[in-house]
Amino acid sequence: MLKRIQKLREAGVVGINARNRSYVMPHNPRKLYKFVDDKVYTKQLAEEANIAVPKLYGLITTVHEINSFNQIIHDKKDFVVKPAHGSGGKGILVIDNRRGDLFIKPNNTAINSEAIRYHIENILGGVYSLGGQVDQAIIEYRVKFDPIFNSISYQGVPDIRMLIYKGIPAMAMLRLPTQQSDGKANLHQGAVGVGINLMTGTTTLAVCNDRRVYEHPDFGSALSDVHIPDWQQLLFLSASCYQLAPLGYLGVDIVLDAELGPLILELNARPGLAIQIANGQGLKHRLDAIDKIKTLPEKIEDRISIIQTIL
Amino acid sequence: MRELNVKIFCLLLALTSLGLMYAKVKTLGLPLVPNQTSSIWAVEARVEFDGLGRSSTVNLDIPDNLGNFLKLDEFFVSRNYGLNVTSKQKDRRAEWSIRNAKGKQRLYYRIEVVPEDSVSKSDTIKYKIPVAPVKPEYEEPLASAIEDTLGKVRSESADIFTFVSQLLVQLNDPSPNKNIFVIQKGAVPGTEQWVKRIMYVLEGARISSRMVNGISLDDGVKDAKLISWLEVHNGQTWEGFDPLSGNKGYPSNFMRWSISDEPMLNVEGGRNEHLRFTLSQRPYSEADISQERAKTKQSFLNSWSLYKLALASQHVYQILLMIPLGALVVVLMRTVVGVPCFGTFMPILISLAFRETELLWGIILFCLITGSGLAFRFFLERLNLLLVPRLSAVLVMVIVLMLTISLMSNDLDIDRGISIALFPIVILTMVIERLSITWEEAGAFGAIKEGLGSLFIAIIGYFVMTNNQLEHLMFNFPELLLFILAIFLTAGRYTGYRISELIRFKDLANEEDKNAKTNTKTS
Repeated sequence: MLKRIQKLREAGVVGINARNRSYVMPHNPRKLYKFVDDKVYTKQLAEEANIAVPKLYGLITTVHEINSFNQIIHDKKDFVVKPAHGSGGKGILVIDNRRGDLFIKPNNTAINSEAIRYHIENILGGVYSLGGQVDQAIIEYRVKFDPIFNSISYQGVPDIRMLIYKGIPAMAMLRLPTQQSDGKANLHQGAVGVGINLMTGTTTLAVCNDRRVYEHPDFGSALSDVHIPDWQQLLFLSASCYQLAPLGYLGVDIVLDAELGPLILELNARPGLAIQIANGQGLKHRLDAIDKIKTLPEKIEDRISIIQTIL
Repeated sequence: MRELNVKIFCLLLALTSLGLMYAKVKTLGLPLVPNQTSSIWAVEARVEFDGLGRSSTVNLDIPDNLGNFLKLDEFFVSRNYGLNVTSKQKDRRAEWSIRNAKGKQRLYYRIEVVPEDSVSKSDTIKYKIPVAPVKPEYEEPLASAIEDTLGKVRSESADIFTFVSQLLVQLNDPSPNKNIFVIQKGAVPGTEQWVKRIMYVLEGARISSRMVNGISLDDGVKDAKLISWLEVHNGQTWEGFDPLSGNKGYPSNFMRWSISDEPMLNVEGGRNEHLRFTLSQRPYSEADISQERAKTKQSFLNSWSLYKLALASQHVYQILLMIPLGALVVVLMRTVVGVPCFGTFMPILISLAFRETELLWGIILFCLITGSGLAFRFFLERLNLLLVPRLSAVLVMVIVLMLTISLMSNDLDIDRGISIALFPIVILTMVIERLSITWEEAGAFGAIKEGLGSLFIAIIGYFVMTNNQLEHLMFNFPELLLFILAIFLTAGRYTGYRISELIRFKDLANEEDKNAKTNTKTS
């Protein structure tokens, strides 16, 4: 056991205790959490800062406002309705298309506007928010997923998790839904995490349920050497999130839209540690290297160029 | 720097706590192990005399400085008598008086004592340095016998105490020479008379001495006799000497009663007076003795003693003081081992619920009720109810379930079920709430893992929190809270791996191995 502790130390693996005490607590002051906890606020800040996010069509905060739903969607054929404080992908309603008065869901079933109204009522009542507090319903752009991941993603939403330390991308991982994760890109629920080479944007090793895998558990397709398009743009986008929410230890979730390129989906103040297994590398050496740099540059391009010195 | 301060602070807390505990054990004799008893001695002095049908006054020396013993309590039993206790320079006296004493009269004085290691030396402060006695005019042949003996002893001794020791050895010589024989004449060694004779001889050397009366407290002895002891002053302090062997000090079972060469009992207006001592021993809880001891000593260490509280609050604190230990289990299990569990203190609450239901029944109840409560909750979920009404519905369901169990066990004559208290119901409802929230957050697997983790911690917490020894320590030494605080502050700074992470990151460690191997191969 002591030998394993020794090995993990050498590999620079960061444990939960160390993450909380050495990174989250000193670098993420509590008062900044509001930047990431409230998705509406995050989105507004991002739009003000010209950071690409799925466009907000409208916000419904009271039951009375549900009447304005038709105005908000106007003639849009597809959109997403989701709770502002939801988590784990609960309460997200995706509409692909419209046929007459009916709304078509991705699985080709149709619902009427009354059903959508009921769904929004539930969101406002706090059915999907943890702790049951009153919530808001977000109506936003439906991301048209880049088909590049089709062969390695089971339904759902593949996304890219970037770990930004003091504004510099320190590690990255592609998260692919599986059958076990029920189409959600959540590693705790059994999604696959694939490490990404920060310099090139190609995938390396992979992890599923904290164990090393080489193929997607549902398709058996190889997970390594997939090149992620627009990688430089992706790095730039994620690093710019630090300007938005100056949390020193920040997780940025990005989706790739077929037409719009990378979009910021969500920010996270306590990003998980499985990213280390996905990359086959501990975080500590990289974070230490960033800590050693006395004055970090202001310009995002310069920040990204630091990456090569920390790998 | 800040880290160092925390370390020093923790160390100080721990040392303070252990230091106070050590002091309490040492000075108050608080036992470290529960249900310890030791015996206390009760010494009873009984005065008997025949009244003459007129007023009488009885004077009895009563103990003040007990030497190797500590007074817990004393009682005077004297019907119809007026009592007056006076404390004169050397000793305390009880004075009983009555207007008309007729026939057989009995008076009792009873003192309860426990052995005490640290003898207070208040004697030396209280009494003035005695004036050296004037050398008496001895008669021949005593004069030359004493002169010779003193001269011989003086040449063989360094100071007053060694002089006295030497002299006593000489005087008690079983085969006495001529001088000793003359001195011994008329005084039998081992009697009051003998001590007085020694004092008389010491006056020849101008050494202050006095007689101390005491009782030897021996196991199994009922009737005690007074023993006379010799005390000698060397210009600074009084020191006891065995008048038979010349050994310095007192035997550990010697209880001093009075300092006087006058009779201990003095009865005016009576005759045939008798003084008898009886000894008895009885077991007494050490914790109680230490409380008495603290009262007598007026020790500040007792100022936060929980024994001062009303009995009802004592019971509450007995449980309350165990909660930090339960928290300690949670802290270690979560930050060092990494067992997943609900909330922060939920496992402690479950442990406390187990305290009331007993462990096995508690676990059965826990699984049964959370299981069915959860099933009910999922039925409710399909109705898309809001959170608070939904939880309230679960609460009703839990009570219905418990009621069913109680009624069923009543019908089956299992009286266990009836012991369900109010407390576990609330806790179980909260567990179901947490469980279902976790179910939503982390999925079924995560929720069950956390549920079992909580149950596991709760069981360990139960054993820790119901441990007799720990309960005793916490109740008697509440300063241990500081020690636990120090542990928490230290644990709060722990950034090492959790044991569960050694398994989680197993593949990373193994890959590190492989990398190391390939590296050495290529190089």
